[in-house]
Amino acid sequence: MSSKEAPKVELTLPIIPDMELAATKTAEVVAKHMNLTDEQSAEISMALIEATINAFEHSSSDSKNVEIHFVIQGDTLVIKVSDKGRGFDKSKVEIPKIEEKFGSDHKRGWGLKLIQELMDTVEFESSADGTTVTMTKNK
Amino acid sequence: MSDFSLSAREEGEVVIVETTGYLNNVGGEKVSEACYEKMENGKKYFLLNLENSKVVNSIGVSILIEIIEKLQDVDGKLGYYNLAPIVEKTFNIMGLTKYSTIYSSESEGLEGMA
Repeated sequence: MSSKEAPKVELTLPIIPDMELAATKTAEVVAKHMNLTDEQSAEISMALIEATINAFEHSSSDSKNVEIHFVIQGDTLVIKVSDKGRGFDKSKVEIPKIEEKFGSDHKRGWGLKLIQELMDTVEFESSADGTTVTMTKNK
Repeated sequence: MSDFSLSAREEGEVVIVETTGYLNNVGGEKVSEACYEKMENGKKYFLLNLENSKVVNSIGVSILIEIIEKLQDVDGKLGYYNLAPIVEKTFNIMGLTKYSTIYSSESEGLEGMA
């Protein structure tokens, strides 16, 4: 690794229940290295749980894994969560409201909203070959 | 990977459910089962002590929305105390605090339920 290359941690998570917690352990170590606050660290972990669960649930391909990359770019932590699933159209994802959940059989669907609220930036790249969620948290 | 457990006790008309572990789909289902069992016996005021559940996900929290919905049908109430800051933030983002209440302690919760 050259001295100019941003420090990076790469995780490959098998799609099995609760494995998202392994990602949060790594996030805590990276956040501590960056001297982020406990609040920031907890927000990152929560967003990462949601992004990883989404990747697990949307991975309908033969791929058995989800890839997570943590990149420290100066004072910004960049996290990419990638799956090889069928992809999704973000424009068709409705922002959930609790009022609309009452009386509905579908109480779930909060992941994207939580990620957007907890992180500084969130971007989605999705195609039939998979989805990558890129989210950042500034120091 | 994660173990989830709970215990339930009654303080007058209020059922206090104390959880330990990751509040995910499995944990949420256990909480709802415990609450619904008590509701069948006429209970309608519930307080969740989440001191030992510092990690949640939105699927587990969604199940709490189901509980709130069922309690609305019987004029019941759901409250929480000992929440980790990120859990409180999550509840606020999802809007749970519009229909249920976060208390600072068990005693405050019991007063609030009265």
